[in-house]
Amino acid sequence: MLTNRSKVVVKKEMNFWERIYLPAIVGGTIITIKHLFRRKATVRFPEVKREISAVWRGQHVLKRDEHGAERCTACGLCAVACPAEAITMTAAERKKGEEHLYREEKYATVYEINMLRCIFCGLCEEACPKEAIFLTDRIESTDYSRNAFIYGKDKLVEAVDKRIDVTKRQTPAVLEFKKHKLLSHNR
Amino acid sequence: MTLYVFYFLSFVAIFSALLVVFSKNPIYSVLYLIVTFFAIAGHYILLNAQFLAVVHVIVYAGAIMVLFLYVIMLLNLNHEDEPHKKNLAKIAAVICGGILMTVLVGTLRGASQAIPRTGGDIGYVKTLGRILFTEFLLPFEISSILLLAAMVGVVMVGKTDTKKTTVDINEPNNQ
Amino acid sequence: MIALLTYKGILVLIIFTVTLAVAAYSTYAERKVAAFLQDRIGPDRAGPFGLLQPLADGAKFFFKEEIIPNVSNKTLFILGPSLAMLTALMTGVVVPWGNTLWLDGKEYVLQITDLNVGILYVFGVASIGVYGIMVGGWSSNNKFSLIGAIRASAQMISYEISMGLAIIALILMTGTLSLREISLQQAGGVGSDWNLWNVVYQPLGFLIFLVCAFAECNRTPFDLPECETELVGGYHTEYSSMKLGLYLFAEYINMFISSAVISTLYFGGFNFPFMNDLGLSSNWITVIGTGFFFGKIVFFIFFFMWIRWTIPRFRYDQLMNLGWKMMIPLAIFNIALTGLVSLVFK
Repeated sequence: MLTNRSKVVVKKEMNFWERIYLPAIVGGTIITIKHLFRRKATVRFPEVKREISAVWRGQHVLKRDEHGAERCTACGLCAVACPAEAITMTAAERKKGEEHLYREEKYATVYEINMLRCIFCGLCEEACPKEAIFLTDRIESTDYSRNAFIYGKDKLVEAVDKRIDVTKRQTPAVLEFKKHKLLSHNR
Repeated sequence: MTLYVFYFLSFVAIFSALLVVFSKNPIYSVLYLIVTFFAIAGHYILLNAQFLAVVHVIVYAGAIMVLFLYVIMLLNLNHEDEPHKKNLAKIAAVICGGILMTVLVGTLRGASQAIPRTGGDIGYVKTLGRILFTEFLLPFEISSILLLAAMVGVVMVGKTDTKKTTVDINEPNNQ
Repeated sequence: MIALLTYKGILVLIIFTVTLAVAAYSTYAERKVAAFLQDRIGPDRAGPFGLLQPLADGAKFFFKEEIIPNVSNKTLFILGPSLAMLTALMTGVVVPWGNTLWLDGKEYVLQITDLNVGILYVFGVASIGVYGIMVGGWSSNNKFSLIGAIRASAQMISYEISMGLAIIALILMTGTLSLREISLQQAGGVGSDWNLWNVVYQPLGFLIFLVCAFAECNRTPFDLPECETELVGGYHTEYSSMKLGLYLFAEYINMFISSAVISTLYFGGFNFPFMNDLGLSSNWITVIGTGFFFGKIVFFIFFFMWIRWTIPRFRYDQLMNLGWKMMIPLAIFNIALTGLVSLVFK
């Protein structure tokens, strides 16, 4: 009633033409036959890929810095931010001689995202202070067992020689926005 | 050839008719009765009465036995809840059956052997219709009145008392 | 005699194969039509355009595990689908698939047998068809199957009556029960000899017959025996593997045969417009006529599917009301009207 959009349903008795159903059926068949000639909505997936947005939120990536060291410092902010509680990690201290592997003094020995729980909201990316985790335009693949959907570092961390481009998600505007995290929910 | 078919059909008819009586499971009885009907329909075809055969199958096997099966399926008869019959009733049933059989045998023995008119278009629809509407017009009409009476009777029995039932859930406007 | 038997035997084999092939591709067509009416593409992976899909489905059915429930009546459980398939295949015997072919001065009628009670034979076999469903549904010993079976039987009996009455009006007009003669009476069509198909003279009868054919084939909107929203799978809930396949297959064969019977009775069978004006030899006209006949059948199969993917199913009381309170009075009215008109104009 507040919106004034509700309709009062009137169930009046059907007249003769309604009771023999035929006009309604003919009307229905005309509608369906029109659909026979419409453009089909199906995308033949493996051959044809659907066009997706530049900021599509797909499979996560743990970025490395320009020297090839992992950016993640295992602060756990992403795990806290995650509404689906899909992220878990174990932190460890960086040893001497591992500087080329890990950017910060603390790093994640285990970093797991349960892809079955993840809702791809992107809050982990927003929470990350180190610009380490990003959602990419890749689609996570299917598998036969549930365990295979718990992605560890082997699947999440990008390869040194095969960097994953996240520049579309990391525009200056986004960086500026991320500086004022406290305000993000008030916008 | 025809003779062998006749023997085969007769064997099937009698054998399945016996199985109707001797089957423990009423569903089997009904199914054997259907087989019996088919065998009899085969006999009609042998007598060149295709119309009668097909109508026999449609009416008896296709409609009446479906209703039989329908009722028996809904009854859910088991061996446990089969009512135990008294010995007196059993003896009475045997005597009645025996008397009926004696009567039937007696009548059939006394009857002179009729020579069935086979061949030609004896069983065709046109011939049958012409005979029904000329020679047997009165019995035909009387039987139709009988059917009508039965139909009216069923309607009367099946009619719901309109005074008692105020809400009829089958009416679409009362839902 | 031997030559006749050989010819009939070959014809039986051909019709059997064609029936099975049409039924198999009906399953494919059903999925394609459903997809196209819903703006999808449908199966397109097995072979070009998914044309091998029926083979894949068949193979799948054969390799599925065969489950016979412990509490079921095993003999009847196996008898059910066999009966359904048997009765479905038996009807094709009297359908005139084409006119006469003359080869080496010999006459070859493209019909297995021309019973003088052809229509009634179709009826008889169709009325037996319900036993497959009933026996299967009951022997599964499952309440959903039983309800499906009971629904099937009640529905079949109800709609058989009006179907028969619709046919009676047609028979009043044609004066014959033989399907071949009914086909031949409609020869010509549009063209030099003006002879219209029966549907022009019997539009109401055709409509009643069509609706009843839907009900007899258990097709939507009358598919309450297998109503999956209420009864899981209806009468074939407990069936698996190829037995389920046989049930589904029987449904498609029934649809094929119904389409053939509708085309024969109301749409001129193997006759086609301008058939006498083309100046072709009779053999060619027979061949083209058979082609047209199959075209009509394909159209009606498509129509069955079209309706299925257009309207939802009836509620059971609506189904019964429609059958008994609409169809039967209409059919009786149609008979009276046909009788009156034929009396006045003759």
